[in-house]
Amino acid sequence: MADQAHAQTTARSPRTAVVIGGNRIPFARSGGAYAYSSNQDMLIAALDGLVARFGLQGERIGEVAAGAVLKHSRDFNLTREAVLGSALSPETPAYDLQQACATGLETVVGLSNKIKLGQIDSGIAGGVDSASDAPIAVSEGLRRVLLDLSRAKTTQQKIRILGTLRPKDLSPNAPGTGEPRTGLSMGEHQAITTAAWQITREAQDELAYRSHHNLAAAYERGFFTDLMTPYRGLVKDANLRPDTSVEKLATLKPVFGKELETPATMTAGNSTPLTDGAAVVLLGSEEYATAHNLPMLANIVDAEAAAVDFVNGEEGLLMAPVHAMPRLLARNGLTFDDFDFFEIHEAFAGTVLGSLAAWEDEDYCKRVLGLDGALGSIDRSKLNVNGSSLAVGHPFAATGGRIVASLAKTLSEQGGRGLISVCAAGGQGVVAILEARN
Amino acid sequence: MTDRYVDLVNTPLAARLAKALGLPRPSVLRRYTPGEALATKPVLVAGSGAGADALAEVILGWDVEVRRHVLPGEKLSAAVVVLDAADSPADLSAPLLELGQAVKLLVPGGRVVGISRAAEDTSDPARAAARQGIDGALRSVAHELRGGATANGIVLRGQTTTTDPSTIGALRFFLSGKSAYVDGQLIEVQAVPEDSVSDVAAATAAEGEGVPDRPLDGRTAVVTGAARGIGAKIAEILARDGAHVIAVDVPAAGEQLAQVANRVGGTALQLDITAPDAGTRILEHVGQRHGTLDIVVHNAGITRDKLLANMDAARWDSVIAVNISSQLVMNEQLLASPVFSPTGRIISLASTSGIAGNRGQSNYAASKAGVMGMVRAQAAAFHGGARTINAVAPGFIETDMTAKIPPLTRQVARRLSSLQQGGLPVDVAETIAFLASDAAAGVNGQVVRVCGQNLVGA
Repeated sequence: MADQAHAQTTARSPRTAVVIGGNRIPFARSGGAYAYSSNQDMLIAALDGLVARFGLQGERIGEVAAGAVLKHSRDFNLTREAVLGSALSPETPAYDLQQACATGLETVVGLSNKIKLGQIDSGIAGGVDSASDAPIAVSEGLRRVLLDLSRAKTTQQKIRILGTLRPKDLSPNAPGTGEPRTGLSMGEHQAITTAAWQITREAQDELAYRSHHNLAAAYERGFFTDLMTPYRGLVKDANLRPDTSVEKLATLKPVFGKELETPATMTAGNSTPLTDGAAVVLLGSEEYATAHNLPMLANIVDAEAAAVDFVNGEEGLLMAPVHAMPRLLARNGLTFDDFDFFEIHEAFAGTVLGSLAAWEDEDYCKRVLGLDGALGSIDRSKLNVNGSSLAVGHPFAATGGRIVASLAKTLSEQGGRGLISVCAAGGQGVVAILEARN
Repeated sequence: MTDRYVDLVNTPLAARLAKALGLPRPSVLRRYTPGEALATKPVLVAGSGAGADALAEVILGWDVEVRRHVLPGEKLSAAVVVLDAADSPADLSAPLLELGQAVKLLVPGGRVVGISRAAEDTSDPARAAARQGIDGALRSVAHELRGGATANGIVLRGQTTTTDPSTIGALRFFLSGKSAYVDGQLIEVQAVPEDSVSDVAAATAAEGEGVPDRPLDGRTAVVTGAARGIGAKIAEILARDGAHVIAVDVPAAGEQLAQVANRVGGTALQLDITAPDAGTRILEHVGQRHGTLDIVVHNAGITRDKLLANMDAARWDSVIAVNISSQLVMNEQLLASPVFSPTGRIISLASTSGIAGNRGQSNYAASKAGVMGMVRAQAAAFHGGARTINAVAPGFIETDMTAKIPPLTRQVARRLSSLQQGGLPVDVAETIAFLASDAAAGVNGQVVRVCGQNLVGA
């Protein structure tokens, strides 16, 4: 009896959560190959590719978590609907999550935590986004009139309500990527940060070039054959320009930061384009993977989210991962030197370069992050070795799943430890650690 | 894809018209459905001798009515002519004339199966003449049959008897709907050691009506080129028979491949089979997920047609690389790996073009004839063991590929066979599933044509 009581009060030590594998569809440029595909279509395609790769037909997965940033109101249960449309068991529960561009990574964090706690044995995390099939809302004026009409009882009331409608109410609201509290687009926000950190046009173009170069090389050696399933005739990321060069990128006209006092440096080449796509990752406990004879690519070690006050404070919109990083490293007793691969999401080249500059800046690290000195610098040869969002494209919620699966595979092939950093709208960001299993 | 003429000519008015005009009258073939009865009407076992008597006893055990002689007016599902004891051409007379009476009484989709011994296995000229004579007679009967009926032969090698599991396995295949488009073919069978066949009893037991037959239960099968066409159907039929299928195709075909894998409850493996490590990667995949690889179907193939005078190196080399070189490399890797089962089966896709040649297909025919050469040499190396390797040579099969043939040429190609129609991917798949099963443990080094006895390559 005493033993039993003891067992009940002792906290169970968490299990290990592993990445088993991933699947994504090639990312298409907005209005391209997936122009007429919905978020649900693409998420089902990504799930079905994963099911086929790992023989999960009819399998009841512990839970599926995914989300989309640009979402129709009818898609309130997007992930569950996608599960029902997939080859998985219809008895697989699912939930939607939304944290802007960090959605995909956050689903991995959430499900891996459930696995570690023993609440589930397997999970599929991921995300999808369509900039092509974006929701278009009616204007606020028309919406109010329509709601009032539905409540009106008499014809007289209805006529009076319709009379309040103004011509301008009939034009629809297209979705924007502007920040609700500042009205500035994400690109304009980043332009401020890019200028503040004095990131040059040349450095940004160089980063974009390396992204394309690294992605093309990864395709060349067949890196994606077990990470991707073609969709709608697209077999490679449509945004990839294998033949691009720093010289070609230098000819592009700046698109953001033209209102600033400093020269504008951000172009369509060193910013991510609007993209359509979906990505999912299969997670599990070690016991689940072993029992199902499935591979284990990497362990999911830890993660940290942060947010910054970009509205009234000094910090840039996309700088939250800069704040999350020292907290994550300190908790795990690690420094940048302990990592072999860095996956820093390339929302803009300036985001990556601004983050690197911030971590190297002693004054900033002391004053803003409250550290004793600079956090450290990152070896560029370890950064985004298989390309990142500038070359691949960035369907907002799909990026996290893409990064986790690619990094896990890299770690399974080359060993070591990997660090992920994803910035998000609303001044948020998530960072995470993955580790090879041997 | 569909042969509208077959549908049309099987309507009452069109049938009368076609008969009056002397047009071809292809029948709707009797194809296998799980749980089918092997024979709904009596089966004639013609021929005298111990082999015929013993076989008649076995067939009786299947809940099938057996006749040793034709009864006037009584319909027959099949006629089995047992000629294993034929010592001279004169011995063929009585059984074959009896067969002549039987074919008139065959139901639509009926079967004629001859059982004889190999001419190569005797040095006696008269005996060899008798045995070889059976070959010619059976092929002729196949040409003469109508109503979707077929005639095929089982050739017993060495001391194989008429009731060995190998013989029975081949006989059941020929009697079933699985062999619907196999016509005018003779398959050689060897007696097999008991330990190479784990479920002879199951394979030879009577199928209860309505009970699906799962001869490949628990097996793991790799099918290359599985994203579409014949490969997708092979994956489906192997899965129907109980196998777990690893569907392999090039990454560019990944979308269709995933659909096939999900449909058959298998796994998709995107892989270019011409990569030097393709076989190794397949073995790694199967080794991790399943432990053992039992069946490999080399189905992936391409055509790059051109008259030889206009052929360039790219066309020639790519066809050779995909259709035969990749198989040679992969087989070497299979045989060197402990993952490939000691009772493993390799089935390779040849083509009637590789037998008879085809204008504009010198590269393709070289690769497919090459497959047959490879299969025979490898089979000799397997001889005495429990592994087998065989080839299936499809004739005109209704696929996306043959749908691109110009309409008139396509119509002619269809009617050139004894069954007067093209085959379906399922016909090729059923033959492959048979060769993958324990029932075919004694079939090694054979090239089985699935061509409806097409005149091309005869």
